[in-house]
Amino acid sequence: MGFVSRGFRGRPRDEGVKLPPGQYLVHDFPVLSAGPTPRVPLDRWEFAIDTEDGQTHRWSWQELMALPAETPTVDLHCVTKWSKLGTDWKGVSLDTLFADVESSAEYALVYSYGGYTTNLPVEDLLDGKAWIAYQFDGEELAAAHGGPARLLVPHLYLWKSAKWVQGIRLMNEDWPGFWETAGYHNYGDPWREQRYQGD
Amino acid sequence: MNGRRLVWRIARLVEIRDETPSARTLVLQIPGWPGHLAGQHVDVRLTAEDGYSTQRSYSIAAPADGERVELTVQRVPDGEVSPYLTEELTVGDEVEIRGPVGGWFVWRPNGTAPVLLVAGGSGIVPLMAMIRARRQAGSRTPFRLIYSLREPGERYYAEELRLPHPGLDVTYLYTRAVPDGWARPVGRLTIADMNTGGWPADFGPECYICGPTGFVETASDILLAMGHDARAIKTERFGPTGG
Amino acid sequence: MTEPAQDSYQDGNALAGPLREIFAVDVTAAAGQCVHCGLAGPVASLRVYGPAPGMVARCPGCDEVVLRLVRGPDSAWLDLRGTVSLRIPLPGPGVPDGTGEGPA
Repeated sequence: MGFVSRGFRGRPRDEGVKLPPGQYLVHDFPVLSAGPTPRVPLDRWEFAIDTEDGQTHRWSWQELMALPAETPTVDLHCVTKWSKLGTDWKGVSLDTLFADVESSAEYALVYSYGGYTTNLPVEDLLDGKAWIAYQFDGEELAAAHGGPARLLVPHLYLWKSAKWVQGIRLMNEDWPGFWETAGYHNYGDPWREQRYQGD
Repeated sequence: MNGRRLVWRIARLVEIRDETPSARTLVLQIPGWPGHLAGQHVDVRLTAEDGYSTQRSYSIAAPADGERVELTVQRVPDGEVSPYLTEELTVGDEVEIRGPVGGWFVWRPNGTAPVLLVAGGSGIVPLMAMIRARRQAGSRTPFRLIYSLREPGERYYAEELRLPHPGLDVTYLYTRAVPDGWARPVGRLTIADMNTGGWPADFGPECYICGPTGFVETASDILLAMGHDARAIKTERFGPTGG
Repeated sequence: MTEPAQDSYQDGNALAGPLREIFAVDVTAAAGQCVHCGLAGPVASLRVYGPAPGMVARCPGCDEVVLRLVRGPDSAWLDLRGTVSLRIPLPGPGVPDGTGEGPA
């Protein structure tokens, strides 16, 4: 055991709930970012799914709002070790968006306004595992937390839930994204503590 | 080849000096400390018993003095680290320190250009290290300090700056409350303040600005508008990770 | 539409400590050039976001990424692809650089 600071406790954590290894519980909602917050006016906002064959499916904000939405309650686990449990969202399931998309691609690269990217297997986006979320806690998703809309894929570390999502590119090859090319794990399962490459 | 990669060292707190009701100077003894330059900072790391750790950066407040390193820490409401350092840590306790770091925002006593120091709030800390380094070296380089803060009760090093320092001029400006009879009304730093308290651009001063981001940007813009050379302006911003 | 919030970033001085774990000399005084817009300046003038999940240093002119640093438990990833090159000041032979670090 290394050096310990006498009497230092830090932020309250470990309140007796089961968390993935190495995580601590928070009750606020920390904002972490890699750059300036993009500002995207709704009349120019668009979400796209680009298939490996070059087809593009697009939705404007109005079109997104017209789709059936779900209100999932999920736990969030950030690779920086905080976890926030029981968070309420509203968004469109990726199953709904993929309904008319013809693709056999295995990999997805998610890209955001402002240039952020992250990658994951297509199967991790489907079967009720992911949403394009536009409300948090009953209110419009704030820009600092990824608004107008972000990807929400809570079974992976939160860096995979790309804020300010702009589209998903489907590919036959895996293409590591922003943090994956900077040393973070390619997949990012919090329950297997896959934080860094090689974990 | 000089230099070696930095490691975490264990420092012992040997003395405490309260600068204000919410800011405290910690004097640390660090065995093996290699010395430092005025303007550099250290990283402080705290570790809880369950292994959780976090760190913050603090500017060194005094010039190199053997194994002694002084930091002035402002207690941030709801902070995680500063309440521990300013309220819990007592003389005899140990803390992990890495440093010194920073080679750009430094002042060495061998220069000839006059120096302008512009401090916003707790940005005074590294600039005070420069003032103290100047005195320690017996330097005659003309120094001017413009120290912007909310009110007189929040001044760090008040007694020390009240003492006569030949060749150092100190101008205070207050943004929220002023002492009775104070000539300059409450208000943020302006070009007029920089004119009265600073150096003309054609004196070619080295300028050091330290404080919160907004303050640093305003001060920097003013100096550029006055014609100071951008390459002679060095800034250090205190960011949002403080606490 | 709500008022845009102040984006929080520090300057490149915040990289000094983490980079000193990797390099034996201070890199914040190093001069770099942004590959995207060509703006030249010291590392200390970069806009640094983070430190979590990593430090992302962006060009003060065009906001593109110049440098990234991620610190893992037993390694650091440093990505410099956003800078053309870095010119790092080093002391000449036999000249003490005054940073107090002395001979290794």
